[in-house]
Amino acid sequence: MIVLEKRRQPSRHWMLAAPVLAVLLTMVVGGAMFAALGVAPLEAIRTIFWDPLFDPQFAAYSRPQLLVKAGPLILIAIGLSLGFRAGIWNIGAEGQYIMGAICGAAAGLAVYPSASVLVFPLMVVAGALGGWAWAMIPAFFKTRFGTNEILVSLMLVYVAESILASVSSGLLRNPEGRGFPGSRNLSQWDAAANRELIAGTGLHWGVVAAFIAVILAYILLTRHIQGFNIRLSGEAPRAARFAGVNPARVVIFCLGTAGALAGLAGLFEVAGPAGQISIDFNSGYGFTAIIVAFLGRLHPVGILLAGLLMALTYIGGELAQLMLGLPGASIQLFQGMLLFFLLGVDVLTNYRLRLGRGEKA
Amino acid sequence: MAAPLLSLTGLTKAYPGVVANDDVSFAIGEGEIHALLGENGAGKSTLVKMIYGLVKPDAGEMQLGGAPYAPSEPSAARRAGVAMVFQHFSLFDALSVAENVALGMEAPPRTRDLARRIREVSEAYGLPLDPFRVVGTLSAGERQRVEIVRCLLQEPRLLIMDEPTSVLTPQEVSILFDTLRQLRAEGRSILYISHKLEEIRALCDTATILRLGKKVATCTPAEVSARELAEMMVGASFAAPVARPRARGEVLLEVAGLSLPAPGAFGTPLRDISLTLRRGEVLGIGGVAGNGQDELLAALSGERLAPAGSVRLSGQDVSRKGPLARRDAGLLSGPEERLGHAAAPDMSLTENAVLTAARREGLLSRGFVNWGRARDFAQTVIDRFDVRTPGTGTAARALSGGNLQKFVIGREILQRPEVLVVNQPTWGVDAAAAAAIRQALLDLAEAGAGIIVISQDLDELMEISDRFAALNEGRLTSARPVADLSVEKIGLMMGGAHDMEAPHAHA
Repeated sequence: MIVLEKRRQPSRHWMLAAPVLAVLLTMVVGGAMFAALGVAPLEAIRTIFWDPLFDPQFAAYSRPQLLVKAGPLILIAIGLSLGFRAGIWNIGAEGQYIMGAICGAAAGLAVYPSASVLVFPLMVVAGALGGWAWAMIPAFFKTRFGTNEILVSLMLVYVAESILASVSSGLLRNPEGRGFPGSRNLSQWDAAANRELIAGTGLHWGVVAAFIAVILAYILLTRHIQGFNIRLSGEAPRAARFAGVNPARVVIFCLGTAGALAGLAGLFEVAGPAGQISIDFNSGYGFTAIIVAFLGRLHPVGILLAGLLMALTYIGGELAQLMLGLPGASIQLFQGMLLFFLLGVDVLTNYRLRLGRGEKA
Repeated sequence: MAAPLLSLTGLTKAYPGVVANDDVSFAIGEGEIHALLGENGAGKSTLVKMIYGLVKPDAGEMQLGGAPYAPSEPSAARRAGVAMVFQHFSLFDALSVAENVALGMEAPPRTRDLARRIREVSEAYGLPLDPFRVVGTLSAGERQRVEIVRCLLQEPRLLIMDEPTSVLTPQEVSILFDTLRQLRAEGRSILYISHKLEEIRALCDTATILRLGKKVATCTPAEVSARELAEMMVGASFAAPVARPRARGEVLLEVAGLSLPAPGAFGTPLRDISLTLRRGEVLGIGGVAGNGQDELLAALSGERLAPAGSVRLSGQDVSRKGPLARRDAGLLSGPEERLGHAAAPDMSLTENAVLTAARREGLLSRGFVNWGRARDFAQTVIDRFDVRTPGTGTAARALSGGNLQKFVIGREILQRPEVLVVNQPTWGVDAAAAAAIRQALLDLAEAGAGIIVISQDLDELMEISDRFAALNEGRLTSARPVADLSVEKIGLMMGGAHDMEAPHAHA
């Protein structure tokens, strides 16, 4: 029999080794799945992890995509990680992302076709506010009535999706779009476009914002009392109250920050890579960011790396669909495995495995 | 002494890095109450776990009633006639007494029969208990009866009791002792673990003392003094706390008409609590566990806000202020539960120093934590209070209970509070460390602070308090000077007889 024995101190080695082991296990089991689908496993894994970066044929297109995809994932995951650290489970980043995009785009479109340099900053502020406001709904209900933020934030995703469908064929529809749903293309409007800052890298303002968020979150969590209070609330809620932390304030801060960052991610996406508000604007970044946050161990630097890795599986997954004819669902399964193994291996940070009959303590 | 019931020979058990029991041998006679004494970490619980089949010894052997005895699990120990009452009860609040007892049995009889058996046994041993009462409504003393009756139903030859009196009033203690003496008269043996030396001297026939995993001595407790016993436990003589005369100053803390609803289904409401605390004074608050101690501490620390005007600190109304503002004003506290309340288990000692000392010790500048100073402060606490730990980076949960207690109490004392409220400051702390903590509290009072000590250890309260009050079902008696109190009066105060109505004595 295998027995789990609690460690006296969390193991530092395992904390670092767990994500690596999880990635390896995902490759092994994912490879077996690909083999079962009739694709050579090594080739599938090479197509997902190697080709997007180094294959001479694809890299020119794929490499910039890495930052384009990683940017919003990192930005959202940083916001989520603050809440997760405090034991506040915001599952609705996807909705906050959509609302940020809608509000930011709407603010810009309201002054169309102005060429002012203030248009883009205005959209950025509106995007952040949109996401923040959407996240304030679960925050309000949680602090006021003690509702469960998981359910409220998650259900608001579907409300946001309905609003997205409504505005893209109604309020924000391109008047010159000959009746097709979808807004004007923001990326083709100079004053509003979130363009690539260095050609061929995929670096846009959203990626810059993501890097800044990583740095600020790192400083917040390691140096600032607010970050300390967030960690304390998550690790020992009773001790946090004893220390004088106001739980409602932590909820509002964490949900608000996550909402604002998700809203920013939505705005940068709609003004750049996506270009317009449309019914299928959202692509699940808000949910994938949850995986990114945990894969990165809720640590800002970890999230940076995890975001890049997850972006790679996205791009590589598309490539694998294209080149090897793998079904899209198998790629999602592959990403799901990553989270599954990470959480599984995670146990080893706090527990050690012992073979043989254990002693009950 | 009669023929031995259980004899232990050379029992040894090592864990990585520590030898919990090293070649321990002694025997418990038939019909004997045998005390097992030792500081925290001396190896008492490991030894008991081996006897009860929870842990397998590395070496050595046991004999029960002349036959080799090596229980592989607790159910084997129970079949052999060994039963144990744990310090922490394993009862479900929402179930009745009979249901709780049935849960612990391998083949429970029908509830009606079981209830009858419970009644018979409880009456036979002077432990009245209604089998259909819901456990959540029972006092700590009654819960302990459930555990004892549960054991007695197995007709044990050896009953192990781990710190049984820590939750009892003096009257309940004497009832329990009558029960234990009755069991002894029937020829059953009892292994009695406690750190209350006077109790052991009054009750036990023999005492075995452990220190650092080794047996130090087996003696007859009635023939040695409590002080000698304590010194055998600690292995050196230590200074008992000395209270020097202190000047009483102005009123620091005034609580008037403080009432708060119960925080949860099994919490205790506070009912119209009033007290005053002067500079240089130690107010002891006694009471059986679960009578509002946690709730009172939360209302004083600011974790729960109190009705306006009910808590005044140096004349200022702080009742609507949270812990931060109260700490700024000099009102500090130390809750009973160390892990998860007074300290965050997975955080380092440095981080746990920041937990309450951030503002008073100037560990923040414009919201940023100065980790260097936080480490220095944590190190100061460790040095001054002799906290045994590898360093300030150690997680709180890696410390033993006593060491962590020294850390959390030291953390508050070193912040020079005006008023310090502590709940169970020496719970689970070894004798020498407990004496050190008490001395530190007395020194703090001498320096002009007002101190409230909430404790279930009456000896402790008598030793350090100037005045004593008791909590009962969320009510606080008026405080009386300790010098005028007898143990009996205290018991009546704790039992809720505000004015000396004779208690309803069983047994």
